[in-house]
Amino acid sequence: MSERQFGDVVLSFDNVSISFGAVAALTGISFDIYEHEIVAIIGPNGAGKTTALNVINGVYQPTDGTITYKGEARTRMRPYQAAAQGIARTFQNVALFKGMNTLDNIMTGRNLKMKSNLFLQGLYWGPAQREEIEHRKAVEKIIDFLEIESVRKTVVGRLPFGLQKRVELGRALAAEPEILLLDEPMAGMNLEEKEDMCRFVLDVNDELGTTIVLIEHDMSVVMDISDRVIVLDYGRKISEGTPEVVRADQNVIDAYLGVAH
Amino acid sequence: MHPELAFAIEVLIAGLLSGVMYSLVALGFVLIFKASGIFNFAQGAMVLFAALTFVRILEMGVNFWLAIAVALAVMIVLAVVIERVMLRPLIAQPVIILFMATIGLNYFLEGFAQAVWDADVHGLDLGIPDVPWMSLLDSTNILISLFDIWSAVICGVLVLVLAFFFQKGRIGRALRAVADDNQAAMSVGIPLHQIWAIVWAAAGLVALVAGALWGQRLGVQFSISLVALKALPVLILGGFNSIAGAILGGLIIGATEKLAEVYLGPIIGGGIESWSAYFIAMLFLIFRPQGLFGEKIIERV
Repeated sequence: MSERQFGDVVLSFDNVSISFGAVAALTGISFDIYEHEIVAIIGPNGAGKTTALNVINGVYQPTDGTITYKGEARTRMRPYQAAAQGIARTFQNVALFKGMNTLDNIMTGRNLKMKSNLFLQGLYWGPAQREEIEHRKAVEKIIDFLEIESVRKTVVGRLPFGLQKRVELGRALAAEPEILLLDEPMAGMNLEEKEDMCRFVLDVNDELGTTIVLIEHDMSVVMDISDRVIVLDYGRKISEGTPEVVRADQNVIDAYLGVAH
Repeated sequence: MHPELAFAIEVLIAGLLSGVMYSLVALGFVLIFKASGIFNFAQGAMVLFAALTFVRILEMGVNFWLAIAVALAVMIVLAVVIERVMLRPLIAQPVIILFMATIGLNYFLEGFAQAVWDADVHGLDLGIPDVPWMSLLDSTNILISLFDIWSAVICGVLVLVLAFFFQKGRIGRALRAVADDNQAAMSVGIPLHQIWAIVWAAAGLVALVAGALWGQRLGVQFSISLVALKALPVLILGGFNSIAGAILGGLIIGATEKLAEVYLGPIIGGGIESWSAYFIAMLFLIFRPQGLFGEKIIERV
């Protein structure tokens, strides 16, 4: 994948720390994410990986340090504001709207793209109805892309876990994000489902140019699809680089994969 | 028409019409429950607060429609304040915490309403006469109050508008999304605060209409907040998150309550109107806990 082209820095952490009471979840983390990259954040349980994602999309505010997104240093930000600026995400333990069907779940991802008047929306009338139809088309494309046509009208609470993960990816994609944050997209999947998910992640990155930051425990997946890997341990960054570099890093081997003999 | 039959129909219709009023109160609960999963204990206090505000403004000699507009504005401000002061700091807390907060809100609103205005009984005249519908009485022997008909029409229109507004398209979807998972809803860019404020304002509107209609019947006074208790069996019947359920549940409760009082009451000793609704609700809890239209609870193990 050496011939892959990346753009400018789109997101950077400068000395970011966050603590909850006396517990330091992240300590002095710095890294840059480039446009069109696939970056994996790895590390043992409790290393601060999910916290890092939560800081990026505004669930947590850093106690210290600066986050720069698209050239602008960010102050306090709410998750829906992050979403409005092009950051979409999925969650470790699938956070779909369980009582709604696949289609409606993905439609919620279009929420920010809908512009027509609130009251017309309420009455489902005129421009609002045209807009709804137009967004429905975009959503159908995503459904085709993720090969979930057959469960379009199924309430997602009834779907197997692997498919739920796929629907959640679809909801994130519906917002047409610039950065996609995936928190353990392959967790709890069998080999076949993992391969499917890898293919979707690569296709999204390839066809839409979306920058992807993902957390994953399956090392073969991480090494296969990432351009770069950032390794966290106890809230500190202990290594960063291409999969080959990280794999060979003694710090990583010691801290993460266990001391080699 | 045979007088016995006319009387039965009269009881049934009276029951249905009072049922519409129960639906209206239940609707206030449903709106908030749908959007936040919170059972708003303070709905009754909101009815009292809205009605008292409205009637006191009217008593200042303000024009009827202007008084409605002002009272509605007050309810909207109240919704925004509740969102800002009570709901926002409690974001992502367990539902039971928010429920406890609404209990606090209930007592605060009851006290606040009576402190700002007063604790007297106020007569309220909406300009709708509470007299029998004469032409119906003459032709069929059925006695129905015009006021009941009018309040049913008003409730019906309100219910239709709200049902449409909250079930179709983007708002409806955002609402269901927020109810399902706050965190995920925010991550797809749904502004939680706005949705909550909109929903509480809608519940305020419902409280105002319910307060005005019940107010003309019962007088605007503290006990009006107790109509909320009438909504509980309606909610259990209809399901806590179904607008259609609130409507149908209200009709069923209203009709059975009156019919039971008239036809079963004498057999088992009378005075059953006040508890028969709860009895029906209890049967529902045993056999269909999600209500008539409630979302089925799906649990993956």
